[in-house]
Amino acid sequence: MKKILVFLLTVLTFSAQAAESTEEGKFSPGDMIMHHIGDDYVWEFAHGVTLPLPVILYGEKGLDIFSSSNFYNEHHELQPYNGYVNEHGHIYYANEEGHPRTTVNAKGEEEHVGPMDFSITKNVASMFISVFLLFLVFLTIAGAYKKNRGKAPRGIQSFFEPIIVFVRDDIAKTNIGPKYERFMPYLLTVFFFIWFNNLLGLIPGGANLTGNITVTLVLAVITLLITVFSGNKSYWGHIFNTPGVPWWLKWGIPIMPLVEVIGIFTKPFSLMVRLFANITAGHIIILSLFSLIFIFESMAIGPLSVAFATFMNFLELFVALLQAYIFTLLSAMYFGGAVEEHDHHDDMGFGDAPHAVKASH
Amino acid sequence: MNPLVTPSLGLLFWQVVTFLVVLFLLSKFAWKPIMKALREREDNIDAALSMAEKAKLEMQALKADNERLLTEARVERDRILKDASEAATNLVETARAKATEEGQRMIEQARISIVNEKKAALTEVKNLAATLSIDIAEKLIRRELQDEQAQRALVQSYLQDTHLS
Repeated sequence: MKKILVFLLTVLTFSAQAAESTEEGKFSPGDMIMHHIGDDYVWEFAHGVTLPLPVILYGEKGLDIFSSSNFYNEHHELQPYNGYVNEHGHIYYANEEGHPRTTVNAKGEEEHVGPMDFSITKNVASMFISVFLLFLVFLTIAGAYKKNRGKAPRGIQSFFEPIIVFVRDDIAKTNIGPKYERFMPYLLTVFFFIWFNNLLGLIPGGANLTGNITVTLVLAVITLLITVFSGNKSYWGHIFNTPGVPWWLKWGIPIMPLVEVIGIFTKPFSLMVRLFANITAGHIIILSLFSLIFIFESMAIGPLSVAFATFMNFLELFVALLQAYIFTLLSAMYFGGAVEEHDHHDDMGFGDAPHAVKASH
Repeated sequence: MNPLVTPSLGLLFWQVVTFLVVLFLLSKFAWKPIMKALREREDNIDAALSMAEKAKLEMQALKADNERLLTEARVERDRILKDASEAATNLVETARAKATEEGQRMIEQARISIVNEKKAALTEVKNLAATLSIDIAEKLIRRELQDEQAQRALVQSYLQDTHLS
């Protein structure tokens, strides 16, 4: 699994690898793209227009909070500060020469050491903005529902109501069934969280939050936890005693339970990779199209590049909604599988499920 | 490992904390009231719709009832009209028959009375003729006794005077 992922990312970041070999001073699209889709301690809206963000560290010296602007000198060059050094987007302890301190790990490889980093990075700040927007929008809507109780929706309420109803009727009800109600808060939250952040990421200068593996990992793990903790008897029965499978595949050679247990984890894993890869890929494509201008060093390529990038941006607006929908839909399907009551369709239509007969007694 | 696929502790921490807070707050203050309001409104609409359906059914029943009443009334009316028409016909028939009968009776009576009158008149004529005959005969006899010529003239004049009806 890890190999596949690494391969995937090697392909994704092919341009980045190729560009690193170019000499200093020349435009490197790979570096530019990696810089844009990655996280940072400052928020760079445009070249030279940056907002320093707070750095929060916890380590040898206890809790340390300071502005990330301390890492930059007056020429916007990186410098060590207060015993810390910022290198390749990570903060490490600085040694006497102002370089990251290293240790040798168990495998005998050299490794940088640093404190635990809880900094409000660009991604975290962007997430706070999205959360602020979420609260603003949905608390307003909730208020509107209280105000015009029983009446037709108005304003922003009428824009979001069809979406909320869609999540409820077409995602939750159809995939979860009668017990859909207790999953509604999570499904709605995750849908709008992903959608809002996808859209915020499309704003020039925005952070690539939903294209960050950590964010998608957390969302996928929450889906996994909800699935596992709401799994009923029949869900676990399907995993450890899969009906319609010969007994020796379950108790003799436990292939089926193994496959099913792996299945528990591959589902959220696919959620994590799908969202991360889709959003990151979109950003990379748009940035690559812009890079063409600088690679060819020609004004002529500009209009073409902008036309393609504009088209891609519209496509990404659609993808932003689509990925939020897919994540929510698949989460709902996993929840549906966990709470579904299996009655008589366990035998896959062969009529040979022994416990289906037992259940009817 | 590629930095793109390396989860970072700080973001993980903030993401978990933020997302859980958002989930909790939005659930409590947004999704719960919104879902409740939506359900309430849907229930209201359902109730209104089913009420309208019920009203429609009632209206239909009422209409059917009216239709039935109307049909009944129409049948009743037709029956009454038919009866009345029959009665009128009967009445006319009876009256006509009665009138005919009366006419016949009156004609018969008239005939009888005519016959009677005729008989009476004839009897009277006969009697008068007899009396006249007797008178004439008497006078004739008396004249005969005087002059034959005169007697004849007398008879002649008498006969001329007498207009037998």
